[in-house]
Amino acid sequence: MSAAPGFELGHHLPALQVVVPLIGAVICAMLRNGTLAWGWALIVSVLTAAISTMLFVAVQAGGTISYGLGGWAPPYGIEYRVDLLSAFILLIVSWAGAIIMVYARQSVMHEIDAGKRAWYYCMYLLCLTGLLGIAITGDAFNAFVFMEVSSLSMYTLIAMGKNRRALLSSYQYLIMGTIGATFYVIGVGILFTLTGSLNFVDIAERLVTMQMERPAIAAITFLTVGISLKLALFPLHSWLPNAYAYAPSVTTSFLAGTATKVAIYLLMRIFFSTFGEAKVFEILPTTTILVLLSVSAMIGASLVAVFQDDVKRVLAYSSVAQVGYITLGIALANDLGLTSALVHIFNHALMKTALFLAVGAVFLRIGSVRLHDLDGIGPKMPVTMAAFALAGFALIGTPGTAGFVSKYYLAAAVIDKGWWGLVFVIAASSLIAVFYVGRLLEAIWFRAPGALAQKASDPPLSMLLPIVGLSLAVIWFGVDTRLTVDVAHNIATMLLGGVK
Amino acid sequence: MIAGMEGLLTHYTYIVTIFLMVSGLFVVIARGNMVKKLVGLGCFQTSVYLLYIGPAKILGGTAPILAPEYSVYSNPLPHVLILTAIVVGVATLALGLALTVRINEAYGTIEEDEIFARDMVEHANSEESAS
Repeated sequence: MSAAPGFELGHHLPALQVVVPLIGAVICAMLRNGTLAWGWALIVSVLTAAISTMLFVAVQAGGTISYGLGGWAPPYGIEYRVDLLSAFILLIVSWAGAIIMVYARQSVMHEIDAGKRAWYYCMYLLCLTGLLGIAITGDAFNAFVFMEVSSLSMYTLIAMGKNRRALLSSYQYLIMGTIGATFYVIGVGILFTLTGSLNFVDIAERLVTMQMERPAIAAITFLTVGISLKLALFPLHSWLPNAYAYAPSVTTSFLAGTATKVAIYLLMRIFFSTFGEAKVFEILPTTTILVLLSVSAMIGASLVAVFQDDVKRVLAYSSVAQVGYITLGIALANDLGLTSALVHIFNHALMKTALFLAVGAVFLRIGSVRLHDLDGIGPKMPVTMAAFALAGFALIGTPGTAGFVSKYYLAAAVIDKGWWGLVFVIAASSLIAVFYVGRLLEAIWFRAPGALAQKASDPPLSMLLPIVGLSLAVIWFGVDTRLTVDVAHNIATMLLGGVK
Repeated sequence: MIAGMEGLLTHYTYIVTIFLMVSGLFVVIARGNMVKKLVGLGCFQTSVYLLYIGPAKILGGTAPILAPEYSVYSNPLPHVLILTAIVVGVATLALGLALTVRINEAYGTIEEDEIFARDMVEHANSEESAS
């Protein structure tokens, strides 16, 4: 980046990716008026999504982009490093941010007090900044700072829920999230004392010559546990169901679509491009532990989901189960496994966002998301509920939908490893998904409408469009897998190509 | 035995750090009072500051300002990192306390078990009114 003659905006895309929403958030806070703030936040989030798309195209054409922030060359300065994996995650997060923002206006008008709406959008953009920052930075400590930026704003977004339990959920998430982040920072500290560097690439180069001795093992343990708290890996998921259930609808959709995905990205970054899969999976019993936890999530959390009477909680427990699919793919640590994990990150973001947005529309109309209040609501809000059904089928893994593609690759990866037993686990988990999704669809479509459902109708167009768009995308990416599978395969090859 | 003791004594910063870390985490888990939990969390986070700064200080080293009289300097980078971490810690504590105030307004208590009890009562009441 040094001695660039003249100022060319294209060179600074990596910095703009984070700076645009950051400055946008500050301006948003000054606007004070809810509608004005929404308009501004929409412009900023669409601009952010456009930048991520440009970055993605640039990385696909020309390979990894390295950007020394402030003109300081890496590894001395903070490096923003956009490889295909980063670009893929940036694409998911920023587009989810933009699409949910289109939807947000009506929903936020309904759920947030007038005086707080501008603050809400400000926090939303800050959270977006943090999540994008984690995905783009090549510096381990910088990732911690962005993690806290996104988490602190996320706690605020959750606490704005109408129910007083939103405050409690936010507090519990704050405690768990901070413990997770602190574990991460302890891990980074040990790595720093061990290698003298904070740059992921630089650490990787210095670790190559080292044995996996006690400090390195301690470091990876702290990092893994810390990030697992953030991504809600099975026994560490206790914060998630309440946070999803009591947060405002827009927050839930945003949280479900992005936050856990970015944490999974960070775990992949640590496992594959910092330590290298040889160190993580061959010397340590990572595979056994991760497979056991993933399987518990896929079966256990799915079973719990069947018995919830709040639609948002059903979907929240299903999220824990779906994270299990992704971590199972990572635990396999082979080409197909990583491909399935990456594809599922994309597909799950797509379908869970669609589902939660549809549930948000129901909340707008009838003010409840309890299952028995949704009885027979299908014919009353046909477009929303048809979209809900489509995304629900994808969640089960019906062929022809995006959910099938990721499960197909996961099963292929398991067979490739020769672990036939796990194929039955995947099938069993899908079967349980049939029950919890089926239970929702049965109530929504085939029961006599209750008192609340009688007066429901489809939501305004600004909410309907994102829901319908996402559910059509669920079908689109079930058929056309060029964006998802091909890119995911390239990323998997890059990650397994290992530490140079 | 003597060598072991010596190792412990020369590494006393680590012992202090780990003691703070574990006691902080214990308070977070064992206490039901929300303010006490935050105190524990603060203690836990503070121990990490020591974890970074301890190894960065070099005995006999001075502040990293180039001067002909000095040749041994402490590593400035961990200090700078921890300055950032302190800011993050303060922000987390402030948000945690703000949430505690709001919880106290909404529930009239900041003891976790009492809050759960009140939510159970509310839940039972809403079930009754629904049926």
